[in-house]
Amino acid sequence: MNALRTRLRPIVIPTLAIVAAFVVGSIFLVLTDIDHMKSLASDPVGAIAGSLGAVGHAYMALIIGAFGDPAKFAIALNGGTDKQWATAIRPLTETLIAATPLIFTGLAVAVSFRSGVFNIGMDGQFILGALFATIAAIALKGAPMPIILLVALVAGMLAGGVWGFIPGFLKARTGAHEVITTIMLNYVASQVVLFSLRLEFLRQSNSTQPISKVIKDFVQVPMMLPLPGLRLHWGFVVALLAAVVVSWLLFRTTRGFELRSAGLNLTAARYAGMSAGGSIILAMVVSGFLAGLGGAFQVLGTVGQMSNDVNAGFGWNAIALGLLGGLRPAGVVAAALLFGALRNGGGLMQVETSIPLDLLVFLQALVIMFVAAPGLVRTIYRLRQPAPEGGAPVEEGAAA
Amino acid sequence: MRLELRDITKQFPGVLANDRISIQADRGKVLGLLGENGAGKTTLMNILSGLYRPDSGEILIDGQPRTFDDPAAAIRAGIGMVHQHFMLVPVFDVVDSVALGAEPVTGFAGTFDRASARARVLELSRQYGLDVDPDARIEDLPVGVRQRVEILKALYRRSDILVLDEPSAVLTPSETEELFGIIRGLAEGGTTVIFITHKLNEVLEVADTITVLRRGRVAGTVLPHETSREELANLMVGRDVELTVHRGPAHPKEVVLELDDVYVRDDRLEMAVRGVTLDVRAGEIVAVAGVQGNGQTELVEAIVGLRHPDSGAMRIAGQSIERASPRHISDLGVAHIPEDRMRDGLIRQMTVAENYVLDSYHRKPYSDRGQLDRSAIARAAAAGVRDFDIRTPSIGTFVGHLSGGNQQKVIVAREFSRPVRLVVAAQPTRGLDVGSIEYIHRRIIEQRDAGAAILIISTELDEVLALGDRVAVMYAGRVVGILPSERATKEAVGMLMGGVQ
Repeated sequence: MNALRTRLRPIVIPTLAIVAAFVVGSIFLVLTDIDHMKSLASDPVGAIAGSLGAVGHAYMALIIGAFGDPAKFAIALNGGTDKQWATAIRPLTETLIAATPLIFTGLAVAVSFRSGVFNIGMDGQFILGALFATIAAIALKGAPMPIILLVALVAGMLAGGVWGFIPGFLKARTGAHEVITTIMLNYVASQVVLFSLRLEFLRQSNSTQPISKVIKDFVQVPMMLPLPGLRLHWGFVVALLAAVVVSWLLFRTTRGFELRSAGLNLTAARYAGMSAGGSIILAMVVSGFLAGLGGAFQVLGTVGQMSNDVNAGFGWNAIALGLLGGLRPAGVVAAALLFGALRNGGGLMQVETSIPLDLLVFLQALVIMFVAAPGLVRTIYRLRQPAPEGGAPVEEGAAA
Repeated sequence: MRLELRDITKQFPGVLANDRISIQADRGKVLGLLGENGAGKTTLMNILSGLYRPDSGEILIDGQPRTFDDPAAAIRAGIGMVHQHFMLVPVFDVVDSVALGAEPVTGFAGTFDRASARARVLELSRQYGLDVDPDARIEDLPVGVRQRVEILKALYRRSDILVLDEPSAVLTPSETEELFGIIRGLAEGGTTVIFITHKLNEVLEVADTITVLRRGRVAGTVLPHETSREELANLMVGRDVELTVHRGPAHPKEVVLELDDVYVRDDRLEMAVRGVTLDVRAGEIVAVAGVQGNGQTELVEAIVGLRHPDSGAMRIAGQSIERASPRHISDLGVAHIPEDRMRDGLIRQMTVAENYVLDSYHRKPYSDRGQLDRSAIARAAAAGVRDFDIRTPSIGTFVGHLSGGNQQKVIVAREFSRPVRLVVAAQPTRGLDVGSIEYIHRRIIEQRDAGAAILIISTELDEVLALGDRVAVMYAGRVVGILPSERATKEAVGMLMGGVQ
C-alpha cells in the first residue's frame, strides 16, 4: 500500500492540475459564450445552464476528437470492415502521431535539465534534424528504401547532435551560458533552413513557398497498422524506446550517475572526481540527438516533405511538457500524450462548436501553470505537504 | 522583560519535536539553551518567533499569556531573532538593512527618513558597543560584523528579548569573544537574551542559567558555576561522553604527503598559500590550526587536485601530484572530508546509497561495463550505514533529510570504505553535536593507528589540540610554526594563530 502510494505520488499533482485547468477553462468558456451570455439578464438560469451545456459539448468533442467515438468503436467491434476499424481508431492514432515529436523533444529536455544544462535549443536541433534527414533522403534517391531511411534518420540525429554539441562545448570551454547560445542557435538554424529550401537541390520546383520536394514518394517510415487511411508509423514506437533508453542512461549507467550528480550539485560532483565539462557536453549532445531524431521522424514519417514550419512549436512546448512530466522519461511520455490529445482533439472541437483552437493553447497554459504551482493545487484540493522520506522535518541545527 | 514558556508541545508527523517544554528567561539575564541537533531547539525558537504555533502550552511575557499568529506579532511583542543564516541584503548598506521593514518616514510625502534612521543606528551602536560603520555595504563586511548588524536590526525594532540561534557557528574565536562581550552588555542594559548553541564552553562562559534539551524534552536546568562540561554533555546526550578522545602515542613511519614550498592562488587569483613546506608521515596526525581564510582552504584544494599550485612540489607516496586530477589523487588512496559538506561533499537530493558511492560509482563492483550494479551499491551502503552507525530511515532516503552529524558520517563512511593512505579532513566536526564529534574523532584516530597519514585542518582550537600529534599553524598563507603535541598549548597555538611569532 505504501509502495503504491510512493509510486503514485509523482502523478497526483499533474492529474489534479489537469482537472483544475479544465474547470478554470470552463469558466472562461462560459464567459466567452456570447450567445448564451446575451440572455443572462433576462434568463440567468437558462443562460448559465445553456452555456454549461455548451462547455460539456465542447469537452466531449475534445475527448472524442482525441480518443475516438465510442459509437464508431461499437460498429467496428460488431464485425466491422477494415474501413470501419480505421474510422474508429483514427482519432487515437492521430493523437499518437501528434505526441511522437513531443516525446522526442521532451526527452531532450529531460536529459539536459537533469544534467543541469538548460538546453532551450530543441527547436533548432529539431528543425535541422528534419532538414538533414530530407537532404540525405533526396541525395540518396534511387537507393533501396530501407537504406535511404536509415541514413536519413542517422543524418537527422547527427545534425541535432552537432547543434547540441556547439553550445555544450562553448559552455564547457568558455562558460558561455547555454540558454543564450542555444536560443541564438535556434535563429541560426531557422535561417539555415530557409536558405537551404531555396537551393535547387531541395526546392520544390513549381512552388514559391519554402518547401522541399516531396520525399514521401520514395522514402517513408513504415506504417504500424495495415488499415487504410491511418498515418501512425513506427516512429511512435521508436519514441517510446527512446524513453526507455533515456531512463536507462540516466538511472542505470555510470554516465547517467555523473550527469545527474553534475545537475544536482556541480561542486560535489567535481570534488568526487567527475569531469564537469564532459558531463555538460555529453548532456547537450544526447539532448541534440533526441531532438534531431524527432525532426527526422517528423519529416520522414508524418509530413513527408520539409518546410520551414515543420517544427510547429515542438521545441518550445517540450520545455513545458518536460517539466510537466517531472523530467522523468515516463512522465514526459504521459505529458506528450496529453499535449498530443489536446492538439488533436482540438480539431474536432473547433468543427463541432464555435470555440476557437486558441482555447486549447489556453488550456495547455493553465495545465502548465497549475503544475508549476504545486502549492496552489495543494491548497485547492487541501492536500498535505508530503513529509520528507525521513518522516519528520529535519531540525535546522548548526549543521544544516 | 521576563519570558516564560510553559509546557510547549509541538508534534510533527512522526516526531514529537517539543514535548512539554518549559523554560524561563529573566530580564537582564542570559539563558543558554543547549542541545544537540534534533533536540528541538530550533522548533522551540520557531514557535517563539511566530513561525509555528504550538499544539499546546503557553507563552508568557511578563506573566501575560500571548499568542503569535505570525512573525510580525512576535516582533511587536518585543522578541527579536538573530538567525544563524543572516537575513541581510548584500547590496544594501548598514542603515538601509537595519531600517528595512521599519523605516521612519518624513512628514513630507512620507518618504524614507534616512537621516533619522542613521542617527538611531549610530545611537544604538554606541549605547551597546556594537561597532559598525553605518554606511558600509553588507557584502563588504566580515561575518562577525554582519552579525552585529543583525543584532542592531533587532534592537532597532525595540526588542527586549533577543534570541540568538547558534551565533558562534560562523565566527572566529576572537569574534566569538567580542560577541560574548556584546551579549553581556545587552543583558546589563536590561535585555533578556536567549542564546541557543550546542557548544558547552560557550554556555558555561556567557549564560546565567542553562537549560539543556534532549529529544524534545527539558533534560535539566543548571547554573554555570554549579555544573561542569561533563555534566552538561551527559545531560545533552543522555549517556557518558568522553570529551577528550584517548589517543595513544603516534608511531610515525614513512613520509606520505610532502609539500615543498607550495604556492596556490585563490579564486580572485590572489596568492593564498605562500610557500608552505610540510610533511605528513604514515601513522601520525598533523593538525593545521588557523583562523578561517589564512590559506587553509586553498591548500586542501591543491592537495586533493581541485586547484593546481602556482609553484612548488607536492608528492603523495613519492608521486608528483601538482597537475593530477581529483580522481587520480583519490585513486592514490586519498580520503577527503571537505570543509562544507552540503556544498562539496554530498548531493542533497540523492539518496544515502548514491552518496555513499559518489566517488567510487565507476569502480567494480559498483559498475559493470558502464552500468551501475544497484544491488552491489545497496549492499555496500547498507554495510556502511551499519558500520558507521548512520541514523537513517533507509539507504533510499535523501541525504538532505538527515541530521548534520549523520550527513558527516555518510561522508566519513564513504571515504573510509576504500583503502586509505592519506586522510585530508577539513573542519571534520564543524557544526556537529558532542556525540558525533566524539565518534568522528575516534574513527580518524583508528585510521591513524591503522597506518594512514592524517592531515586535519580546523579552526577549532580544541579539536586541533585533541587530535594533533603535531600542530602546524597557518597565518597569512604560511606555516608559521610546527609544534609537537606536548608543546602545543592553547596559549602557544593561539599566539601563532594571531600572527605573533
